[in-house]
Amino acid sequence: MHDFLAMGGYAMYVWPAYAVFFIVLAWDWIAPALRRRELLNELRGRMAREQLRRQRAAQSNTQQEGASA
Amino acid sequence: MSVATAIRSDLRQTSPPRGTHACRALLRRELLLAWRRRSDVLFPVLYALIVVTLFPFALGPEDALLARISGGVLLVTVLLAMLPNLESMFRGDLEDGSLEQMLLAPQPLALLVLVRVLTHWATTTLPLIVVMPLLALLLRLPIEVLPVLLIALLLATPLLALMGAILSALTAGTRRSAILLALMLLPLAVPVVIFAAGAVAAAQSGLPYLAPLLWLAAALILALVLAPFACAAALRIAVET
Amino acid sequence: MNIIPLWLHKLSSPPVFYRFAGALRPWFLWSALILGTAALYGGLVLAPPDYQQGDAFRIIFIHVPCAWMSLFAYFCMAVAALVAMVWRIKLAEVIAMECAPIGAAFTLITLITGSLWGKPMWGTWWTWDARLTSELVLLFLYLGVIGLFNAIEDRRRGARAASLLALVGIVNLPIVHYSVLWWNTLHQGQTVNLIGQSKIAPAMLWPLLMMALATHLYFVASLLARARVGLLAVEGGKQWARELIAEKADA
Repeated sequence: MHDFLAMGGYAMYVWPAYAVFFIVLAWDWIAPALRRRELLNELRGRMAREQLRRQRAAQSNTQQEGASA
Repeated sequence: MSVATAIRSDLRQTSPPRGTHACRALLRRELLLAWRRRSDVLFPVLYALIVVTLFPFALGPEDALLARISGGVLLVTVLLAMLPNLESMFRGDLEDGSLEQMLLAPQPLALLVLVRVLTHWATTTLPLIVVMPLLALLLRLPIEVLPVLLIALLLATPLLALMGAILSALTAGTRRSAILLALMLLPLAVPVVIFAAGAVAAAQSGLPYLAPLLWLAAALILALVLAPFACAAALRIAVET
Repeated sequence: MNIIPLWLHKLSSPPVFYRFAGALRPWFLWSALILGTAALYGGLVLAPPDYQQGDAFRIIFIHVPCAWMSLFAYFCMAVAALVAMVWRIKLAEVIAMECAPIGAAFTLITLITGSLWGKPMWGTWWTWDARLTSELVLLFLYLGVIGLFNAIEDRRRGARAASLLALVGIVNLPIVHYSVLWWNTLHQGQTVNLIGQSKIAPAMLWPLLMMALATHLYFVASLLARARVGLLAVEGGKQWARELIAEKADA
């Protein structure tokens, strides 16, 4: 095991290279996932706001009808 | 001839409209605009002069060292001096609406773009090449290399202007596009700089320098044919909503 | 007879592709992970040390597949960009733009691992070798495409502008490569050949090829994941996206 980690004396080149490989690809995988979450939150918020607006409009309509009646 | 009579003569012209007529009108407009802002011509020249003056202070005034690097330094200086003008190539046209007129014109857009780019090159970059002998003198470029440098510049700068026009059209609507334009131009400029500097370096060490110049000429011809179409496509993207 | 074009046409509709990509993504990801693990075991444990480079050569198992991928991703981006420019398909625009960050990631890995490999082998972190220089220029091409896409506010207009830039770039790429080669011979720079002309031993070859396959599969998985997000960003206001979000909120 020790020999394996030592990489024949090249450990300080081989392991950082593999670390870079995994870190960059992990970032590549995580970045869109984060962007997706952000986007979904934003879209959900927009939908909620629109629904609220529609409810308010409906309420004010019924109130107006009530006042005129 | 007043504007009104010019328009009237345009109206009188029977269809189909001729491309040469539009090109001449565009050429006249560009040269007139350049003449009205004639002090702008001096900015790239001043910029190049400043850069060239700074190099001996940074590297020391030894003739041999300066002569060795002068070809490359002059090429890079010209490239950098071209950048700010490239960036704003279509900005004025986009803001005052003349770009839409060009897009709506019955003449092919690529032809108008070609005229536009070449006049832009002649009014902004040609002065740089005119003062190049002076700059070369300051950097101790061997006098027998100067013609090769001038030919290389005469081939390389229109090529850079044509490629820069595509990028400038792509960034036309964006803010802070200067650094973005430089980033996008770098990969395109690499071969141009390699061949232009290669020709100068070869001439300096007494080697045959014709091949890289011919490559540049071939690239220029290719760009003259293809770049206007790419630029026209980019302008259409920039204007469409 | 028309089944394949019809299927492609259906697939290019955003909601269909969104579900299709979501279903396929885990398959690509898991096969990439399994193949990659096997390739790593083969490369790091089973393969014997190189008789010239010792254990340092083991960087090859990530460096070379990533170098291939950096070009492959650019090629994919250019094809999608061409489709986007010619047929104005929204999905192609999204795919072209999502190829760019993955390609840039692979290019970055190639440059850094190459540097880490170069230090023990030629005693320097960086040399202006033809291949290294071309790879650096490739990184700048990717950064230009990503930068242009992000600089334009309207996503579809940005995607089309960046697609055109990607197409200009693919014309430029071979010119850069050959001009850099010529420049290198002119200045008598060292030509670095890490892999050499010698035949590569089978114990080293199979992990290399397996890793190359794994990175291709990973590329597809990542592209599908990114394309889903990109589609949502473009189509956020459309009915199918709303239904999808509502569904998710209920679940």
